[in-house]
Amino acid sequence: MTAKTKLVPVPSPNMIPDRDIDKRPILECINLGITFGGLKAVEDFNLAIGRTEIAGLIGPNGAGKTTVFNLLTKVYQPTRGTILLDGNDTHDMDTAHVNRAGIARTFQNIRLFQNLSVEDNVKVGMDTQMHYNMWSGIFRLPTYWKEEKTAHERALELLSIFHMADLAGVKAGSLPYGAQRRLEIVRALATNPSLLLLDEPAAGMNPSETAELMENIRKIRDTFQIAILLIEHDMNLVMNICEGICVLNFGRIIAKGTPEDIQANPAVIEAYLGKKKEA
Amino acid sequence: MANKLNTLNKTNRWNYITYLLVIIAYVILQVMSSTGSISSSLKGMLVPICAYVVMAVSLNLTVGVLGELSLGHAGFMSVGAFTGVTAAVSLQNLIPFAPLRLAVSMVVAALFAALAGFLIGIPVLRLKGDYLAIVTLAFGEIIKSIFNNLYVGLDESGFHFSLLSDTTDLSENGTLIIGGPMGIGSIQKISTFTAGFILVMITLVVVFHLVNSRAGRAIMAIRDNRIAAESVGLNITKYKMMAFVTSAALAGSAGALFAMNYSTIVANKFDFNTSILVLVFVVLGGLGNMLGSIIAAAALTILPEALREFSDYRMLVYAIVLILVMLATNNPTLKSFLARLKPGKRGEKEAA
Repeated sequence: MTAKTKLVPVPSPNMIPDRDIDKRPILECINLGITFGGLKAVEDFNLAIGRTEIAGLIGPNGAGKTTVFNLLTKVYQPTRGTILLDGNDTHDMDTAHVNRAGIARTFQNIRLFQNLSVEDNVKVGMDTQMHYNMWSGIFRLPTYWKEEKTAHERALELLSIFHMADLAGVKAGSLPYGAQRRLEIVRALATNPSLLLLDEPAAGMNPSETAELMENIRKIRDTFQIAILLIEHDMNLVMNICEGICVLNFGRIIAKGTPEDIQANPAVIEAYLGKKKEA
Repeated sequence: MANKLNTLNKTNRWNYITYLLVIIAYVILQVMSSTGSISSSLKGMLVPICAYVVMAVSLNLTVGVLGELSLGHAGFMSVGAFTGVTAAVSLQNLIPFAPLRLAVSMVVAALFAALAGFLIGIPVLRLKGDYLAIVTLAFGEIIKSIFNNLYVGLDESGFHFSLLSDTTDLSENGTLIIGGPMGIGSIQKISTFTAGFILVMITLVVVFHLVNSRAGRAIMAIRDNRIAAESVGLNITKYKMMAFVTSAALAGSAGALFAMNYSTIVANKFDFNTSILVLVFVVLGGLGNMLGSIIAAAALTILPEALREFSDYRMLVYAIVLILVMLATNNPTLKSFLARLKPGKRGEKEAA
């Protein structure tokens, strides 16, 4: 059940862009933590993300970044702390509920519906917004045709963000790697999220593809007015498009701030490059 | 754009080809049997072929589309057979018109099989892979045991049930419908080839329409990647159950059709071997390939009859033929040869 009413310290809002400061953050993590056996994979994770913010989550390998995503999407149940999505506690929700409540994600190791067409992958993302039941489907009632037509049009519209509309009929598994990553983003968008989690969206992309991806991430934010939290190792991408950055090391936040702050932060440099040896 | 339309049409085209081939096969066989140009043994197999085709297509929904291996499909056929015949016997006076009675009993059979599918689905669909297969196998055997020990009688005061021994206490003009291990005797043979054909067509429409709707997409999405399916908000249990129950319901109506083609039916007919037989149809025809299932079911039902001249070695030859066909259909050389024959395939490759 939901936790007892008590005052909780609102996480430092300094990461939220000015334009979102008057509105409730879309995501608030308060003292979030998970323990696997004796290992504290993530602890004391506090983060607030503005409603139209592009935020970055970075850190060395094994820092717990993907674990944070898995906590937010309830793939793992947090062992402590609270996640508020638009002010609502997600404690009782499972992965599917969290998605319906507004968090959509992509995966580090691509998880597409390999044997479905590109268009069907996107349409699966829209399933929770479709309403016709099994019988309308079997008897092909008018609601079936109406909703399928809308879904088809919307799928092509979303695919055209990444110029993939002409690939709609291709089997998802046969797409090139970069296109599969883009399709995952489109599928996540199709669920109408208010917060989009991207797990290494630029992995395996060449510099020109990455540049295009950056443009598209901005375009998605501007068009849909949603918040985006991304994990990425490509520092060029992170420093260019993220407004707020959160650095994780050994499961703990070691720095938060604007790209400029982060680049100058000695703790971050140490986490990435190691400590300077004393002479 | 053109490419998209092509591919979309391709799925639909295969569905229409399947409908068409089934209709053509029906017309040819119907004409042949009316002119007396097919052997009486083949004629007697027309209804079982239809029942097995429905079994194969419905199992393909579970195994090929949902991607869960079920080894208890004959159990649902059994539920359908016994409830369907019971319905037919009890409606004998109410609905004298046999085809309508058959239709009503098939609907009753489908409903009971769906109920069985739902109840079994609750525990079974929580399991994955091998565990699911083993548990469905067990449920198939449980259903067999239940019908082996179930006595159902009907008299003026309604239905009488008893388990293990016949304590139904029927009145003088009551009839014992299900007699435990004796099964059901003196069934009126009201199944016809036309009824079988209609059931096959209904099955195909249901399966194709289900697969090409949001439910089918969701079911296949769960098959392809469960975690991703959850991450886009799909209700996994609901969609798995939908596929499983639909599959069970269709198997139930196939069971009713099958049972009413014989004068007696016993629970042991629907054992593990039958489940495996249907699974062989599905695997041989190709997972998710309904036309393949139909052809495999029809061919492998006829095959043992066609091999009658080998007398004692019949099943040995059957097994060898089966192995050879499996080897041949999985042969890479043959596959690429067939792929070259298909005109649509090349266009798709270029586009990709």
